[in-house]
Amino acid sequence: MNHLRDTAHESGAVSLEVENLRVAFGDTEIIHGVSFSLAAGERLGIIGGSGSGKTITALAIAGLLPAEARVSGSVRMNGQELIGLSDRELSPIRGERIAMVFQEPKTALSPFRKLGKQMTAALHLHYRLSRSERREAALRLARQVGLKDPERMVRAYPHEVSGGQRQRAAIAAAVSASPGLLLADEPTSALDTTVQRGILTLFTEITENNSCSLICITHDIAVVNKVADRVLVFADGGIVEQGTVQEILERPQHTITQSLIAAAGGAS
Amino acid sequence: MRVLRRVMRTPSGCFAVGVFALVAGAALVSLVWLPQDPNAASASRLWLPPGAEHWLGTDGSGRDIASRIIAGSRVSLGVALGTGVLASIIGFALALPGGLGNRPVREIVAVSIDVLVAFPTILLAIMLTAVFGSGIPIVIVSLGVAFGVSIGRVLRAELRQVAGADFVLAARVAGLSKFRILVRHLIPSVRPVFVVQLTLSMGTAVLAEASLSYLGFGAPKAIPSWGVMLAETQRYISIYPATVLWPGLAITLLVLAFFLFGDALRDALDVRDPADETAEVTP
Repeated sequence: MNHLRDTAHESGAVSLEVENLRVAFGDTEIIHGVSFSLAAGERLGIIGGSGSGKTITALAIAGLLPAEARVSGSVRMNGQELIGLSDRELSPIRGERIAMVFQEPKTALSPFRKLGKQMTAALHLHYRLSRSERREAALRLARQVGLKDPERMVRAYPHEVSGGQRQRAAIAAAVSASPGLLLADEPTSALDTTVQRGILTLFTEITENNSCSLICITHDIAVVNKVADRVLVFADGGIVEQGTVQEILERPQHTITQSLIAAAGGAS
Repeated sequence: MRVLRRVMRTPSGCFAVGVFALVAGAALVSLVWLPQDPNAASASRLWLPPGAEHWLGTDGSGRDIASRIIAGSRVSLGVALGTGVLASIIGFALALPGGLGNRPVREIVAVSIDVLVAFPTILLAIMLTAVFGSGIPIVIVSLGVAFGVSIGRVLRAELRQVAGADFVLAARVAGLSKFRILVRHLIPSVRPVFVVQLTLSMGTAVLAEASLSYLGFGAPKAIPSWGVMLAETQRYISIYPATVLWPGLAITLLVLAFFLFGDALRDALDVRDPADETAEVTP
């Protein structure tokens, strides 16, 4: 596809094996032994109300929890154990193998750096680009995530563009180094419905083109329906139900699932 | 350079840079040339009005006021710069572990800062003077510690807040090292707050040097300083107001220049649209 992508070592979707994951802050356990698996290239939706532990689970997988958090259990990516690795040991994995998109496009980008620089940060870190290569990569990424007028976009600061454009830029930053797993935490909750649709289509495209696995966290069953193959339903720090999107939508077993579907109001 | 151009675009930035150039120029010139010897006293020319020989007149000891003002710029500028450097070092030394360390470290730093903030600057100056004798370095150390602690207090809270921002998490997931995150994301984010605090401290240091010198803990009498000049002439303010006016004016201009420069520099460094922070999320 291009010379940057060709140099990526073992690129491609990764599998994930989460076993008995527990997270505690002080004496309070927040995640009570979560286990699930994700096949390479699979798109998994995690759905649940606020405080159900879905974001903490994502942060634990990415190793982003604060030092105060006690994490136990096992998270294996393509068989490699991630729990217990230091930031230094995680550094080559991050960006290149795992990437993350956050909920709030206003804060997901540094207000002090141009979009082009931010979109290519992970790429530059892992592949050491020259100035012109970096510019080229920024333009290519901007086009890939559907930013109109890429020339202007790569030179703009975040406050100069709209929320939807910022989220596209944040997604570009996340996927720049072709990660094998993309974690998206409520990626569309801060956007209006028309913009949401575009962003979700973008996720589908990226996971197909880049052969990348996806974990999409949301409280909106419609989002899951759009991007995911399989769903985990979280409540009170554990998985209460799981299955394919169709199974969950048609035969929700747990009351939490039923209320989440009811909340969507037949939007699916 | 680009930042300086942006500072110069505002009238207050222009004013500040002009005053700095004037004071720095005076300080440099005073090293090689002065209109008169600033310390030469003479009973034959007490309280002279401004004239061709003594541009701003003379004081109660017959010393040339213009020469003393020009020579005094060295002390004020030296104190401002010295305090600025020391306060920045102390500020960051407190703020980095206090804002980014693990919980025990953060709490120890927070408590230390609170204790240090409560410690009066003047007391520190008196103690240091008692041990080492009065002098400019004592002024710089006591002011540097005092302002360093207050800069540290503000920066610590700022860093703590920025460190939890999504874009810092995003940088971590991208695989950036802690050092790179600090240099690329954290420092630029606290920079506007830092420059305001720093220039505020440097301006206040000019004032504080004057107060300390006034109280006798600052510049020795042999070194002309604006604070010493004020202290010596203030008793005669109703009779010879002009002799108090000149050092007072010099202090006021320099302090004002620091304050205005800080605001102009913050605006120049902050690429964000000022209206943006309160703006709603636009789709």
